[in-house]
Amino acid sequence: MTDLNQLELDLINAIGSAEGVQALEDLRVSALGKAGSISGLLKGLGAMSPDERRTEGPRINGLRDRVAAALAARKAELAAAELEARLKSEHLDLTLPPRPARSGSVHATLQVMDEMVALFADMGFSVAEGPDIEDDFHNFTALNFPPKHPAREMHDTFFLRPDPETGERKVLRTHTSPVQIRTMMSTTPPIRIIAPGRTFRKDSDATHTPMFHQVEGLVIDRDIHMGHLKWTLETFVARFFEVEGIDARFRPHHFPFTEPSAEMDIRCDRSGGVLKLNEGDSWMEILGCGMVHPNVLRTCGIDPDEYQGFAFGMGVDRLAMLKYGIPDLRPMFEADSRWLSHYGFSAFSAPSPAAGLS
Amino acid sequence: MKFTLSWLKDHLDTTADARGVAEAMTMAGLEVEEVTDPTAALAPFTVARIVSAERHPNADRLQVCQVETVDGPKEIVCGAPNARAGLVTIYAPIGAWVPGLGVTLVEKPVRGVVSNGMLCSAAELELPGDSDGILDLPADLAVGTPAAEVFGAEPVIDFEVTPNRPDWLGVDGIARDLAAAGLGRLKTPAIVPVAGRFACPVSIRLEAPGLCPVFAGRVIRGVTNGPSPEWLQRRLAAIGLRSINRLVDVTNLIAYDRARPLHVYDLASLKGGAVVARGGTDGETVAALDGKTYAAAPDICVIADDDGGRAIGLGGVMGGETTGCSDATTDVFLESAWFDPLATAQTGRTLGISSDAQYRFARRVDPGTVVPGIELATRMILDLCGGEPSEVVVAGEAPAAPTAFAFDPARVGRLTGLDVSPERTAEVLTALGFAVETGDRWTVTPPSWRADAHGPADLIEEVARIVGYDALPSTPLPDLGAPSAGLLSPLQARARRARRALAALGYAEAVTWSFTSQDIARAFGGGDDRLRVENPIAQGLDCMRPSILPNLIQAAARNADRGHPDVALFEIGPVYRDDSPTGQRTAITVVVAPHAARHWSGAGEDPLFQLKGDLMRLLTLLGAPAGLQTVQDPERAPTDGWWHPGRSARVQLGPKALIAQFGALHPATLKTLDAESPMLGFELILEALPEPRGAKTKSRGPANLSTLMPLSRDFAFVVEDRIPAGDLVRAVQGADKARITEVAVFDVYRGKGVEPGFKSVALEVTLQPDQATLTEAEIEALSAKILAAAQKLGAALRA
Repeated sequence: MTDLNQLELDLINAIGSAEGVQALEDLRVSALGKAGSISGLLKGLGAMSPDERRTEGPRINGLRDRVAAALAARKAELAAAELEARLKSEHLDLTLPPRPARSGSVHATLQVMDEMVALFADMGFSVAEGPDIEDDFHNFTALNFPPKHPAREMHDTFFLRPDPETGERKVLRTHTSPVQIRTMMSTTPPIRIIAPGRTFRKDSDATHTPMFHQVEGLVIDRDIHMGHLKWTLETFVARFFEVEGIDARFRPHHFPFTEPSAEMDIRCDRSGGVLKLNEGDSWMEILGCGMVHPNVLRTCGIDPDEYQGFAFGMGVDRLAMLKYGIPDLRPMFEADSRWLSHYGFSAFSAPSPAAGLS
Repeated sequence: MKFTLSWLKDHLDTTADARGVAEAMTMAGLEVEEVTDPTAALAPFTVARIVSAERHPNADRLQVCQVETVDGPKEIVCGAPNARAGLVTIYAPIGAWVPGLGVTLVEKPVRGVVSNGMLCSAAELELPGDSDGILDLPADLAVGTPAAEVFGAEPVIDFEVTPNRPDWLGVDGIARDLAAAGLGRLKTPAIVPVAGRFACPVSIRLEAPGLCPVFAGRVIRGVTNGPSPEWLQRRLAAIGLRSINRLVDVTNLIAYDRARPLHVYDLASLKGGAVVARGGTDGETVAALDGKTYAAAPDICVIADDDGGRAIGLGGVMGGETTGCSDATTDVFLESAWFDPLATAQTGRTLGISSDAQYRFARRVDPGTVVPGIELATRMILDLCGGEPSEVVVAGEAPAAPTAFAFDPARVGRLTGLDVSPERTAEVLTALGFAVETGDRWTVTPPSWRADAHGPADLIEEVARIVGYDALPSTPLPDLGAPSAGLLSPLQARARRARRALAALGYAEAVTWSFTSQDIARAFGGGDDRLRVENPIAQGLDCMRPSILPNLIQAAARNADRGHPDVALFEIGPVYRDDSPTGQRTAITVVVAPHAARHWSGAGEDPLFQLKGDLMRLLTLLGAPAGLQTVQDPERAPTDGWWHPGRSARVQLGPKALIAQFGALHPATLKTLDAESPMLGFELILEALPEPRGAKTKSRGPANLSTLMPLSRDFAFVVEDRIPAGDLVRAVQGADKARITEVAVFDVYRGKGVEPGFKSVALEVTLQPDQATLTEAEIEALSAKILAAAQKLGAALRA
């Protein structure tokens, strides 16, 4: 009796103080291994009388179970301690900086162009494009600029060297309107397109650069009238500036390629360098528009007695400046990395009808 | 075009002030640029009379004046030598802001005497004139008369005349539009012809009717020239014109009043009895009134006398020095002609000359004013200079008046959406000078000054602008439904995707000029003369760019110059191969100047391989077809000369089709662009990348997720150094395209244990069993195939 109690006491104490997995394993072998002390006692049961076995059996088996449990518990304890020690040794100084990644950006002009495309796409416009180097016909004549007319001079055109064989002098397009011509000549109404792209005028000062971007639009169908023009542009401008409605006025103007022609002004307050729309009492011109001139339709093979429609054009860079408070035009084309980062947009801020424009 | 409010009111009976006029002009399509109102600045100043002037007790040069002013008697200290008792001048009260001095007057003692105001010189009020002393005004002016009234200062309106409306270059034309718009009643004085007293002694001969088809002339004898009266000088000065003399001022006034340029010749200096309008001859020169000499030519209209032998002016542009009028002039020949607009515009461009006359004739002067213009000028000359007029002679015929055309008034509503009655339409057109025959079919005849009106659309514009765009309805566009295929072309969609991808990969988008210099263009494979800009904005921007690389390299160099050398830029934009509509390509270009700050964890990935990785990721995103190869073969497929010959490669589809080039840029190229090495980059031509083939269905097919474990085997090959690792990888991949799913290079070694001129390339090959787990024998067979494939490149397993 005393033997068993003493044995249990000794074993439990030894297990409790075993340091390390190996010491614990040695203890297991010494108690529960083939030649272990408890294994020996269990073997001794066979030599006992049935009565003795009836009393000693449960005692020895109970001892075996308790020792086995103590071994398992101590093993888990040791494993946890060992893991803890190992993890402690794996310390990393996470205040160290990661390798810096360059943060890329989308240029403000192209972001705004994407915004415009998204808005006009929502109104059923598709996107048409054409070449930057144009001929006189597509850039001027087809747009109802009579040859040598003073209106041509207002465009400050860049010319390429005359072709040595034909003498033809190509121009850098002064607007994206040639795309309208190409579209009208190659498709049949109804037409509903916008034409974004680079445009060029020989002009360079604080508010002009020799290259800039335009988005023009063209809608041709049987019954498109100036009221549609007004709705389209008012809707576009309000959505573009992300305001509920826009206080705009249409003012008669002259363009050779539209008639009637208009410029659209918006009411704004620009005091303090911040654009506040629908406030103040000054008007700012933001785009030109009008009903496509019958001569233009005719030149493009569209019967002006059957079809009519409107066109409009706006400066993308300028609208980007207005919307995002970019003070100067020229840095837009200088690729200063600080400017690109400050006025640029995240790759993941693509304008969408669901997420909003900006 | 500038005019004053009072000038307008000579033609328009209106109560509107300058602001009201400007507003009405704006809404009728006359784009007002500026309204200047000098009366505001002159408001505090009034007429005063000096009662007495005494020497200042403490200063020899100053006087203490007792002045009768609008505010009662004032004691004012004055330093002007002409201050004297009885002088009528201008008084500024304390608190007035004196524009010429830029100060507000305060009450302060001057050498011990308090000055209760100030007496002003012309300069102090920013008025033209002699400023040696204070203003010396007519003695009969009442004390207290506002200075603005004394000097005739009044608001001036400046507006932009669009090229289609030359009639707005006369105040009468502006008044007509404003009257039609409802601002007042048109009251342009009618022109009464002046009967000639004798036959015109000068005959007129037109030898170039294409340049000058009609020319009216008349002689006025016995005129007295000299300075113009105050009102005329003032009217001209208000719009920035310098008064010359009465005769010249009359012609200038009528140019602005009626958009009718005229010219007046000193009859005494005319040689022979005829004035001839003809084309110039080559080598002929004309000494014009601006003191310059211009070269004539056959397409330039020259006015000549001496039987056509002596050029005395550029027709419709400028008179000549030899026949100009002076104060000594007593007999004049007056010209009222019509010069062809296109020819006059061309003359202006060719000779680099502009004048009020040239500006008007180039935009088309109303041919209907040839005779009325000369009559009005005669009347004014007789009034101002006296004299006796001859009969008017008219040579040639005015160009045809605009022709009538049919007009359906219902089209106004159809094109504009405006609700305008036919009556209102007729009313507007009539007010603008159109002759309207209403009825079942309307016929409208434009007035002689509206050569811009050719057809119904022109009339609709007139009606809409006068009725006012504010009345336009706002009508939603008919809903076409969203197109199922998207609104961007595949090219546009890819450019857009590339933009977002590159920004996400850490590149900053730049937009740079489409131009570069021809030298740089040549250095990048372009520079064809047909892509030269004839009139560049600057010398370095005289050629269309063949590549975006030089622009981004220069941009990176500029950033470095500013102390920010580490940049990664991209641009997606046009490059130009030739000047045809198909000669333009879309390039996606990246330039990296790798100057990352040092990092505690070491150098990190080689920037060039980082760049290659980004290029490959981009190509995958753009749907590049399988089978793109990186080809680095300086012998047979070299990269272009602006790339580092040892550190650049081509991305090709098949053996020929070039998609992109990437690598380090050639140090010599960088040097010519003042850029520091190293810079890395790639240029991808979007059009060269085939569009993914349109699938019939959006279905992607089954995923084939094998339940069988992939396994990997390592191979270390020894191969000649000149064999690109990529070739080895491709050869191994080709050994069993179905089951070899990946070949990774995990080591490249040269040195001990590897023969010089050779390298060891270690590959980890991933095998994906297709039908059943691979048996040892199958794996052996596959390994043998891999070895055989590598052997074709001379590679052997490393011992």
